[in-house]
Amino acid sequence: MSGGVDSAVAAARAVDAGLDVVGVHLALSTGPGGAGGAAGGRGRHGCCTPEDARDARRAADALGIPFYVWDLAERFAAEVVDDFVAEYAAGRTPNPCLRCNERIKFAAVLDRALALGFDAVVTGHHARLAGGVLRRSADPAKDQSYVLAVLRPEQLAHAMFPLGDSTKAEVRAEAARRGLAVATKPDSHDICFIADGDTRAFLAGRLGERPGDIVDAETGEVVGGHDGSFGFTVGQRRGLRIGRPAADGRPRYVLDIAPVGNTITVGPGELLAVTEVVGVRPVWTAGAPPAERFDCVVQLRAHGLVSPAAVEVGVGGVVARLREPQRGVAAGQAIVLYAGDVVLGSATIEGTGR
Amino acid sequence: MTYLDHAATTPILPEVAAAVTAEQRHLGNPSSPHAAGRQARRRVEESRERLAAALRADPFEVIFTAGGTEADNLAVKGIYWARRSADPHRNRILASPVEHHAVLDTVRWLADHQGARADWLPVDAVGRVAPDALRAALVADPGSVALVTVMWANNEIGTVQPVTELAAIAREYGVPFHTDAVQAVGALPVDFAASGTDALSLSGHKLGGPLGCGALLLRREVACTPVLHGGGQERDIRSGTLNAPALVGLAVAVERAVAAQPASAVRLSALRDRLVAGVRTRVPEAVLNGDPVHRLPGNAHLTFPGCAGDALLLLLDAAGIECSTGAACATGVVRPSHVLLAVGADDRTARSALRFSLGWSSTEADVAAVCEIIGPAVQRARKAGAADGPPG
Ligand SMILES: Cc1ncc(COP(=O)(O)O)c(C=O)c1O
Repeated sequence: MSGGVDSAVAAARAVDAGLDVVGVHLALSTGPGGAGGAAGGRGRHGCCTPEDARDARRAADALGIPFYVWDLAERFAAEVVDDFVAEYAAGRTPNPCLRCNERIKFAAVLDRALALGFDAVVTGHHARLAGGVLRRSADPAKDQSYVLAVLRPEQLAHAMFPLGDSTKAEVRAEAARRGLAVATKPDSHDICFIADGDTRAFLAGRLGERPGDIVDAETGEVVGGHDGSFGFTVGQRRGLRIGRPAADGRPRYVLDIAPVGNTITVGPGELLAVTEVVGVRPVWTAGAPPAERFDCVVQLRAHGLVSPAAVEVGVGGVVARLREPQRGVAAGQAIVLYAGDVVLGSATIEGTGR
Repeated sequence: MTYLDHAATTPILPEVAAAVTAEQRHLGNPSSPHAAGRQARRRVEESRERLAAALRADPFEVIFTAGGTEADNLAVKGIYWARRSADPHRNRILASPVEHHAVLDTVRWLADHQGARADWLPVDAVGRVAPDALRAALVADPGSVALVTVMWANNEIGTVQPVTELAAIAREYGVPFHTDAVQAVGALPVDFAASGTDALSLSGHKLGGPLGCGALLLRREVACTPVLHGGGQERDIRSGTLNAPALVGLAVAVERAVAAQPASAVRLSALRDRLVAGVRTRVPEAVLNGDPVHRLPGNAHLTFPGCAGDALLLLLDAAGIECSTGAACATGVVRPSHVLLAVGADDRTARSALRFSLGWSSTEADVAAVCEIIGPAVQRARKAGAADGPPG
């Protein structure tokens, strides 16, 4: 129970279903300035969201279920935050929510819950899950199947997403009907461990400033500078410090991030388009790929970049040939494979081709 | 329900509840000079006298507060400020590292913001401060010490400090000695005059009294700068309209607890020993923390190797048994206890602890309930502890 409206309603529905439900809020941050901040300035462990924790607790009170806070700050730091930083340092664009589902919510939390005698972890994710089949949410605008596609069958077997058939508007209306105070609480958009939303500053704090060049893909000329190749993502247009406009006056985008030479390559939008995506470390929600070659729909970012594709499964990876070229495909993101609205599996994007 | 968390708070004694309710019907600010005020004042002053008599203090030495935390803050900050402004050289505070946060964080705050130097006295493996260690900390430059603060009995592991000996040493060097006796009053014989301490904190809700009331016993000649400024109701050291209902209840509670203390110490320590023995029969690896001899009668603080304390608590809670992991922050996160870390436990061990604390309402049935569930609960919590381990 994050303290938001989705997990509160998910819990309410689980209670209504007659299950024996316990509310758990995850303390994930190790930073100072949290609930224990008054204690002589020491960073107190795992306390950083007193307001969210309180909202979650009050939702649990309203439902009449026990409520506990579990401290997973260390695991979260090691498996999500450090990974996030390392991925950016390597020139890739990670998705920390996906990593958190894979390693924290449906691993650390699930393992602990199973050991304590519980049967499943229930979350407020917008996705449908029945009989081990994971599908997109009934609300296409809020669908979160993308960040759940990393789950293996044994993880899905102990997961429950009671909100899958509802739209966000329905969830909010239900929360209001149930008298849950979080009914009108705004959605959270930012990365939860970067409180001010400034990812570049966060990364600079962890990795230090590392000035380097911005190079034009077509002319090979140095056209500007940057403070660190991390914090850029393929397809990005804003926030580039380019001294001169391009000869043709058209906007330029990040095409490539080379952490070794510490250079960012930029160029016109059409050079961004890719038709081939290579994914590694595949995960199949059914335990195995549906076939060696198959047609499906792929999604390449959490919000968008969807195309029909022909997929070939190889040793340790997949290659997808896109029927519709996509711009802004970044290594480190997931390629999620869908048959209609059914999630077949996912892999981590390793490279692209044109 | 099996309530084994008396160190957190105690059920109110029925006669205390009755006294509080009766007083709540009375009108009158104890500071008002009219008849209603005088009568309220009279009942507060009678309560002050009864409390003082029970703890062998002078009524003038009783400063009523809104609880143990306030009494601790007042003693540590107030004595520090007063002593330091009399002589700027006096900026050291000698404190034990196993203090309750009400003292610990106050000392740290004074060090961080008010120019104090915190000297943490060494403790042994059961959390006791050796008198020689205090002497060693004082002897080189006693003139630089503003105060010494060592708790009478520890709220987590139950260890009782040699307070009388420590206070005598501080007095030898002319340094005021404060003790947080929140867990001691009613559990152990506490005689303020004989203890030789200069300041002593107590709290109502730990001894069958109401919440939000307490007292600092402060010897006449010890200067103490106020923390709360205002009407100066309590010797000009503490301000705020006197909470007559709570204070009347506090006096009844202290009187009852002190009168019952000799018998209840015998009864509770026997019950506690059976609890510890019963747990260790079922979980032989369980370790009893704290001093086995110099110990609060109602305290059973155990570590369960390989278990996460919060997992155990969840399982016991589900079975209707209420106990504590010792320390949690405002959000509710269980954190490794500074007390266990101070006595040499590692982070993991410090998180595997559970405190059962018995009090006036505890019975044989409570012990039986724990013994019945503890074996299977530990088995499960151990699996959860393994799941908590480093990523596999
Ligand atoms: C040793 C000790 N000191 C101080 C306190 C704080 O007392 P109160 O809850 O009355 O503020 C407590 C209670 O948690 C305690 O156990």
